[in-house]
Amino acid sequence: MKQIMLGNEAVARGAYEAGVKVVSSYPGTPSTEITETIATYDRIYCEWATNEKVASEVAIGASIRGARAMTCMKHVGMNVAADPMFTAAYEGVNGGLVFVVADDPGMHSSQDEQDSRNYGRAAKLMVLEPSDSQECKDFAKMAFALSERFDTPVILRMHTRVSHSRSIVELGEPEDIVVRPYEKNVNKYVMMPAMAIKRHVVVEQRTLDIAKASNDEFLGMGIHKIEMNDTKIGIVTAGASYQYVKEGVPEASVLKLGCVWPLPMDLIRDFASKVDRLVIVEELDPFMETEIKAAGIACEGKSLFTLQGEYNARMLRAALSDNALPEKALDLDKLPTAPGRPPLLCAGCPHKGMFLALNRLKVQVMGDIGCYTLGTLPPTAAMDVSVCMGASVGMAHGFDKASDGEDSRKTVAVIGDSTFLHSGITNLINAVYNQSSITVMILDNSITGMTGHQQNPASGMNIRLQPAPAIDLETLCRSVGVTSVRTVDPVDTFGVEQVVKEEIAKDCVSVIIVRRPCALIPTGKKPKGVSIVLNEENCKKCGACSRIMCPALVAGPDKKPVIDPEACNTCGLCINMCKFDALSKKEEA
Amino acid sequence: MAKDVSIVLAGVGGQGTLIAGKLLGILALKLGWDIKVSEVHGMSQRGGSVITYVRMGEKVYSPIIEEGMADYVLAFEEVEAVRWANLLKKDGTLLVNSQKIKSLPVLLGNAEYPENIFASLKASDLSNAKILEFDALSAALECGSSKAVNMVMVGALSAGMDIDKALWEEAINEAFASKAKLIPMNLQAFNKGRDLFA
Repeated sequence: MKQIMLGNEAVARGAYEAGVKVVSSYPGTPSTEITETIATYDRIYCEWATNEKVASEVAIGASIRGARAMTCMKHVGMNVAADPMFTAAYEGVNGGLVFVVADDPGMHSSQDEQDSRNYGRAAKLMVLEPSDSQECKDFAKMAFALSERFDTPVILRMHTRVSHSRSIVELGEPEDIVVRPYEKNVNKYVMMPAMAIKRHVVVEQRTLDIAKASNDEFLGMGIHKIEMNDTKIGIVTAGASYQYVKEGVPEASVLKLGCVWPLPMDLIRDFASKVDRLVIVEELDPFMETEIKAAGIACEGKSLFTLQGEYNARMLRAALSDNALPEKALDLDKLPTAPGRPPLLCAGCPHKGMFLALNRLKVQVMGDIGCYTLGTLPPTAAMDVSVCMGASVGMAHGFDKASDGEDSRKTVAVIGDSTFLHSGITNLINAVYNQSSITVMILDNSITGMTGHQQNPASGMNIRLQPAPAIDLETLCRSVGVTSVRTVDPVDTFGVEQVVKEEIAKDCVSVIIVRRPCALIPTGKKPKGVSIVLNEENCKKCGACSRIMCPALVAGPDKKPVIDPEACNTCGLCINMCKFDALSKKEEA
Repeated sequence: MAKDVSIVLAGVGGQGTLIAGKLLGILALKLGWDIKVSEVHGMSQRGGSVITYVRMGEKVYSPIIEEGMADYVLAFEEVEAVRWANLLKKDGTLLVNSQKIKSLPVLLGNAEYPENIFASLKASDLSNAKILEFDALSAALECGSSKAVNMVMVGALSAGMDIDKALWEEAINEAFASKAKLIPMNLQAFNKGRDLFA
């Protein structure tokens, strides 16, 4: 049967067909839909873990116990997972173990453009790279068998254009879930120096064995592909770049690699000998190019193409052929400039009232990763620094120590509930232990918002929306020694302002829990029959309500607010902004 | 025999371009054509500019539609027609919803929302492109919800493509199978869009 599937859905399908039993992941664009799709296969145990390191350790445990296991993450998530992954590489597997990582060339929704293929070389793990949804399914399925055959974890490297493109997939029959017996084997599974020294020898030999199989067998298995055409130019490529090559330079001969670490150097050398000019087409780092050159094979790559962003067919056509480029229909010089359209905080977003308070206070804000990073933009413009998951709390402590505590009187850290539980809590413990005086605001909207509403330990639900224990953030913070813990509603923006003022003045670690559900989840949706209405007589046309830039409220031609009842969440932030009681909530009788 | 067709769905986060793309995927599968639909998730959904590429035909390689490659550009919002105008191919078709959604820089007074966009588009034509504008928002509201703008746009697209209407309707039924009570509204919106362009 054929189905149209997102690359991510196809990875999940492949794992399902391979008989995967345990999947543990932390959400991250563009990888999230893999685990969400896994949750639709009832026979698979799956979970949202607190972070990628935890998720990887769950998968490693499941594999050693004998089950096929998988963990999925975005590229920066692999940095978090790297510690267990590097040593799991020494221990090998029992049941097949797959690390799926999704890179984001072009940074559609990421803070950097790291090339995760480098992890294959660094951790000495096989890296498979699919180029469309069919290969996503096939490679994911094969990854488990290869993992068991070579006794190694396997990295399945995705990227945005493959993860988030839909194409046709031929479905296969699912294999039964098999759990192999577990046998204690400290020489393989306890990496103390004496054991690890021996395992390192095994790891290096394994890489040679995989390279040999890649040269000899992977063509026949459909992992690599050779398409001989005009031999004036031969292109070595992988992933979505292969699609751009076929589109832009269809006349070229192509060696498409499905396994990009270790590289099949004999295959590449043989292909190179058959073409006049060898060109390596790969987005981001010159990963293959560097290795191919080091093997003494002449080629071109980054001398022709950029290190940044996504590639496309036009770019390859312009660089490698005389083929005409497509002609545009319109004379763009005759068109007006389209104003930018950056993303913004939604109508009813609980982050807005809090950021407006921070903006009025003119405090320094250590930011974190989530929807609330948008608090950087006007009209709230209340963020100074944002690095990675959990960093806000540590950076606030760094500001505190660098300024002998002085900056903590004018600095807060803001961090979402999911991000706090991912890696903010360890920073909070560190700050208490090391006698900081920081103020941490936990933005508890009871969901992981930015990635599309995944459950977390504060949600009270698991990945399958079944009831689950909800962690009590107040108790958690008090239990690690925070003496001042307060809870506020962000719609009460002036109340938030007052509480922040009081807490930053204190010479101890303070936590302010800013609690209101995300406006896009069932508990955050507007109650039925409620609307916000304008009392025309009271309105002084001051613009205080429209300056908050709520997508549901704009100033009309007469400067009075016009509310879009369909978009309005009735959160009431605009009511609180009005000093003249011109806005109020109306409930239908 | 499948003809290569490239369709751009350009709109604002929340306007339903992703669902429209998914529907075209189902349609291509029914026709036995190859298809690629490329989406952008994440950041762009928070009211940002959102673009979906749909390519179908005998064999599709790249999921991306580049400058001068689009047979159809469906602008779900007026200024988005300007933003993505470079993608339209010589002799291509540009369908514009006259709905205006002001973006943050416009609301802040840092940028201006251009006036007379439709006239500018017409005046910039180098190639006998078909440029049509209609009020998809009003048509959608007549069907019951602004959320049906996407099906009005798809309906308009269908009028220009030589594909059996029954297949489009089957694809809509499938795309909304999990929310069956929305099917009648979406079919109505589709037909309204089809009539607007016919």
